Amino acid sequence: MIASDIQIVMPEILLAVYAMLALLGAVYTTKDGAASLLTWVTSGLFVLLALWIGVNGQGTQQAFDGMFVDDGFARFAKVTVLLSAAAVLLMSESYLKRRGLLRFEYPVLVALAVVGMMVMVSAGDLMALYMGLELQSLALYVVASLRRDSVKSTEAGLKYFVLGALSSGLLLYGASLTYGFAGTTLFSGIIDATANDPSLGLLFGLVFLIAGIAFKVSAAPFHMWTPDVYEGSPTPVTAFFATAPKVAAIALFARVVHDAFGGIVGDWQQIVAFLSVASMFLGAIAAIGQRDIKRLMAYSSIAHMGFALMGLAAGTAFGVQAMLIYMAIYVTMNVGTFAFILGMERDGVPVTNIDSLRQYSKRQPLSALAMLVLLFSLAGVPPMVGFFGKFYVLRAAYDGGLAWLAVAGVVASVIGAFYYLRVVYYMYFGQEGLGLDGKLNPVLWTFLMGSALIMVVGVVNLFGIEPLAAAAAATLVN
Amino acid sequence: MTVFAFTFYLFAITTVIGGLFTVVSRNPVHSVLWLILAFLSSAGLFVTLGAEFVAMLLIIVYVGAVAVLFLFVVMMLDVDFAELKAEMAKYMPLALLIGVVIIMQLAIALGAWEFSDGFETRVASPAGDMTNTAALGMLIYDKYIMLFQLAGLILLVAMIGAIVLTLRHRVDIKRQNVLEQMYRDPAKAMELRDVKPGQGL
Repeated sequence: MIASDIQIVMPEILLAVYAMLALLGAVYTTKDGAASLLTWVTSGLFVLLALWIGVNGQGTQQAFDGMFVDDGFARFAKVTVLLSAAAVLLMSESYLKRRGLLRFEYPVLVALAVVGMMVMVSAGDLMALYMGLELQSLALYVVASLRRDSVKSTEAGLKYFVLGALSSGLLLYGASLTYGFAGTTLFSGIIDATANDPSLGLLFGLVFLIAGIAFKVSAAPFHMWTPDVYEGSPTPVTAFFATAPKVAAIALFARVVHDAFGGIVGDWQQIVAFLSVASMFLGAIAAIGQRDIKRLMAYSSIAHMGFALMGLAAGTAFGVQAMLIYMAIYVTMNVGTFAFILGMERDGVPVTNIDSLRQYSKRQPLSALAMLVLLFSLAGVPPMVGFFGKFYVLRAAYDGGLAWLAVAGVVASVIGAFYYLRVVYYMYFGQEGLGLDGKLNPVLWTFLMGSALIMVVGVVNLFGIEPLAAAAAATLVN
Repeated sequence: MTVFAFTFYLFAITTVIGGLFTVVSRNPVHSVLWLILAFLSSAGLFVTLGAEFVAMLLIIVYVGAVAVLFLFVVMMLDVDFAELKAEMAKYMPLALLIGVVIIMQLAIALGAWEFSDGFETRVASPAGDMTNTAALGMLIYDKYIMLFQLAGLILLVAMIGAIVLTLRHRVDIKRQNVLEQMYRDPAKAMELRDVKPGQGL
C-alpha cells in the first residue's frame, strides 16, 4: 500500500527532497554564491515537474486513505502553480542579485512553498489541507521580509504573519467544528455527513473554514493585509504572491466547497457570492486613490479574486471550469505585468510610483505597447484574452442563476477599468516629468513580450486550455 | 481495599498535596519542587489508567523539561515574591468570586452532561490488544505518515526562516581564531629591545 501511495505523491517528494539537498549543498559550499545557480535549477525543476504532472497524470487516484487526491483538477492547478512559480523565479534572479538580496534560501523557500501549494490543491482531508496551507504560508511570511534591513519589508512580513496566524486560527476553528459535527476530517466523510439535513454546527464550521480560506485568497472583507504586504515585500516576492499562492488558495477553496460540501451548494453559494461582490467592488474602488503600482496591483488582485470567486459561486462544473480558465489567464497577465514593474527604475533605484510612467511610450515604445496590451487585458477590454476570462465567469454566474452577480461583475469591471486606463494614459499622454531610465533586461523583456503576445494571440482558441479546464472541472464536480 | 484502590488513593492524595503546597509554599524553589511531585504522581495516576505512554510523556516532557525550565527561571530571575503575594492579597476577594463562579459553572455543565448513544462502543480502544505506544506509532508513522513528514517540513521552514531573518555575518569585528592562537610562536611574538636612557624607541 505504502509503495503505491508514494508513487502518487512522487512529484511532491521529489521537490521536497530537492529543496533539502539544495539547502545542504549551498550551506556546505559557497552559500550565497550558489544562489543564482539554485534559482535557475529550481525554476527548471518546476518546469520539468509541471511537464511530468501534465503529461503523465491520468485518472483519479487517492493516496494515504484519501488524504491526498490526485485528480485532473489537482493536476491542472499544480501545472499552473509550478509554471507561474518558475516564471517568477526566473524574473527575480537579476533584480534580487543587483540589490544584494539574492540569498540561497530564497529559491529553497520558494520550492518548499510550492510543495505546500501542491499538497493544498490535492488535499482530501482537513488535516492535509491545513498542513499544506501552513507550509506554504510559513515560507511566504519569511520571503516577505527578505529585505530585513528595510522597515517596510519587515513590517510586511510581520503583518502578514500576525494576520495569517489569525486566519489560520479561524480556519482551524472551522475545521474542528466540522470534525466535531461530521465525525471525520476526510472530505469524502464530510460530504456524507452533509447528505441529509446538515446540522447547524456543520454550517458554522463551513463558514469559519471559508473565512480562513478567503483570507488566503485575499477576498474582501479579509483583504486588509494585501496592499501593505504587496507594497512592503521586495518586488519579485510581490510578483510571487500575486501568482502561484493565489492559484493554490483558490483551487483549495474550490476543492473544499465541492469535495467536502458539494451536497449543500445552496448554503455556501451565498457566502461565496457575497465575497465575490465585495472583492470586486472593493478592488475596483479602493484602487482609484493609489499612486503606488504595487499597491495598485494588490487591489487589482483583490478584484480579480472576486471575479474568480464568481465562477465558484455558480456552484456548477462550468463555474469551476470558468474559474480555472480565469486563474490561468490572470497568472499569465500578472507575470507579464510584474516583469514590467521589475524593470521600473531610475538611476538604478527601483521606482514604483505611477507618476514616473509619464511619457514612457516616447522612450520605450515597444515595452509601452506590451504594457498597454496587458493593462487592457487586466481591465477586461474586449479584444484581449482577459476579456474572455471575465466572459467565462460572467456566463457561469448567469447560467448558475446568479444574474445579479453577473451584472454586479460588469459594473465593477467598468469601474476598475479606470485605474488601468489611467496608467495607459500616463504612458501615452501624460505630462513630462521625472521618468524612468532603466531598460528591461532580456529575461524580463521576454516575459513581458511573451505575456502580451499571449494576450493577443490567445483570442484564437485560448491555447486549448478550455477543454483541459473542462476536464479538470469535471473531475471535481460530479 | 484492593491494591488498585490503594495505588489510586496514594497517587491522588500525593497529587493534591503537591498541588496545594505548590501554591502555599513561601519559597518559589520549593514550589517548583512540589510541582514536580504533583507531575510525578499524576504520571502514576495515568499508569493506573492504563495510559502508560502518556505517563512517560508527562515525566519526560513536564518533569524533564518544563519543570526544570521553571526552576531555572525561578532561580535566575530576581523576582520579589513577597511583593507579588502582597499584590495578590489585594485581589483575593475578586479572585475567590471568579473561582466560585467557575466551580458553579463546571458543576452545572457536568451535572447536565448526557452521553450520546453508543458512547461505550466509541470510547472502547479500537487498537485491540496493541499497547498504547504501538497504537500511537501505527497512527503517527503509518496512517498519518504524510502529515507527520509535512509537519517536519514546516519545522524546517521555520528553522530556515529564523536563520534567514536573523543571522548576520559581521565583518567589522575581530573573531577568535583558535588555530592561529595555538600555532603562535612565543619566540616571534616577543622581542626584547635594549632601550637606552633618555632616548626611547
